[in-house]
Amino acid sequence: MSLRSKSKSKANQDIQKVQFTWKEVKRQKVLLIWSFFIFIYGVIFCYLPLAGWLMAFQNYTPKKGIFGSPFCGLDKFKYLFDDPTFVRTIRNTLAMGVINLVATFITAIVFAILLNEVKAKKSKKVIQTISYLPHFLSWIIVTNIIHQALSHTGIVNELLVNFGILDAPIDFFAHPKYFWPIVAFANVWKETGWNAIIYLAAITSIDPNLYEAAAIDGAGRWAKIKNVTLPGIRPTIIILLLVNVGNVLNAGFEIQYLLGNGQILKVSQTIDIWVLKWGIGQGDYALGTAAGMFRSLVSIVLVVIANEFAKRNGEERLF
Amino acid sequence: MNQKKKKLSTGDKVFYVFLAIFMILFVIITLYPVLNTLALSFNDGTDALRGGIYLWPRKWSIKNYISVFERDSLKVGAYITVFRTIIGTLLALVANAVLAFIISRKRFLFKKSLSLFWVITMYVNGGMIPTFVLYKNLGLTNSFLVYVIPGMFSAFNMLVIRTFMHGIPESLEESAQLDGAGYTTVFVKIISPLCKPVYATIALFVAVYQWNSWFDAMLYNRMKANLTTLQYELMKLLAAVTNKSSSLEAMKNSAGSVQPATVRAAATIITMAPIICIYPFLQRYFVTGLTLGGVKE
Repeated sequence: MSLRSKSKSKANQDIQKVQFTWKEVKRQKVLLIWSFFIFIYGVIFCYLPLAGWLMAFQNYTPKKGIFGSPFCGLDKFKYLFDDPTFVRTIRNTLAMGVINLVATFITAIVFAILLNEVKAKKSKKVIQTISYLPHFLSWIIVTNIIHQALSHTGIVNELLVNFGILDAPIDFFAHPKYFWPIVAFANVWKETGWNAIIYLAAITSIDPNLYEAAAIDGAGRWAKIKNVTLPGIRPTIIILLLVNVGNVLNAGFEIQYLLGNGQILKVSQTIDIWVLKWGIGQGDYALGTAAGMFRSLVSIVLVVIANEFAKRNGEERLF
Repeated sequence: MNQKKKKLSTGDKVFYVFLAIFMILFVIITLYPVLNTLALSFNDGTDALRGGIYLWPRKWSIKNYISVFERDSLKVGAYITVFRTIIGTLLALVANAVLAFIISRKRFLFKKSLSLFWVITMYVNGGMIPTFVLYKNLGLTNSFLVYVIPGMFSAFNMLVIRTFMHGIPESLEESAQLDGAGYTTVFVKIISPLCKPVYATIALFVAVYQWNSWFDAMLYNRMKANLTTLQYELMKLLAAVTNKSSSLEAMKNSAGSVQPATVRAAATIITMAPIICIYPFLQRYFVTGLTLGGVKE
């Protein structure tokens, strides 16, 4: 990330400290006034919900509110972890999160490297434009497309039957074993081209001399990819991996909610769906908050661990 | 380059054949479902039940589109969606630009702390229920405001703009200030015109997000039929078919009439058409934006 080091050296130049004086305050009055309003907005919309975590420790009723409801310690959390359906949602969220992360990462990197090898400029441009398309579609549309493709008369069943792999069309959404791969495929279909953008940018910024030097040393195509391209985009890969590890648990809602069904609830229900069902559907705010809070805390722990791991190994890191 | 062309080794030939096959497959897998939906949307409803429609309608009909346009709820959804996309994008753009401007002023006294204040929000959030309770208490539920106010500031968008602003030479600002320009003038007259590309990027990101949103409509404005959005209406239409679904919505709608696949296809096409028509022309903007966004804090 060359851009990053640039902004860092810039920060060093600005060290001439600005004194906190009345004159300075007056000088930047406009900035201070606006930043104050923005700060208030941030407190209300980003930090006040955190105070809502108190609900997880209360027998909360909307009537009594956060300040009037009696506290009940860790009862809600105990209840959560005694409930096998909730424990299963943790497994599902984590499993799908990891599978999706790995699948979308690998496909994006492979796609970027291969697209970079396409020498015809026009085809490259056309392929790239097409590759972005699914990113702009909502999950509503994408899940509908997936449903259609996998339906009894859909293209997938038709191909499988015609090639003799299946005797009769199957209902992919009736068997739990297909659900995770379908979700992973949907994610790959939607985001491969989009995620590849940043890798392509990183590949283009690799010094061409390195490739020439490798060629002189007799490196073939694969050797060049392995020894020049991959190390060149390594920092980008690490940073994105770190950012996304924290999101592993956050990515478990829309697609599972839209694709899941009663028959395969055991593998499709994620923490967020559970929160929606109990917290909003049944109005048990305290329980829903506890579940959501658990998810947030695990996410933070994951980011910190991943960051620490990267630091130990001398890689790029987030903070 | 020329040398390469002259002597393509066998290995290279194999590679290029493999590459071509891979790219063709990729394009087919990406485009087929969309084109199939398009073909279906122009096909007669009863005829489509026989299956076997791939890339071209067998029996042309525009009845599907007529029946979509006759649905009042979809019309309301379309108005609201257009409205929220415009208002939401404008608000978010101004908000994030102002914030990025403030944070990127080198003299600003709370530069570090205000940055940190926003970066933290990228990693920690209260979750669905506390947010729901808050919006309810603020009176944002059952109102249009819930679509445009809560998402106005976003740390990610702000950081993208800030990174871009860091690339603008300070001398521009300094010379303007020598001429007596205040911060407002510097922002409006000097920095913003130079930031047009990054503003376009952010506008695109926010507009796509707004256009594709459905969950907020379902969660906060479920009771208000006149505040529904296009995607949410589409979801209800589609959920009526996949009614095995665990979703609350599907259960409710399963009792309603199931629309033929062709009508659903037409609604899908209408919903995706505006974005598909626009995005190819904005490519350089989102490529810029993502590259800037990759620069970490």
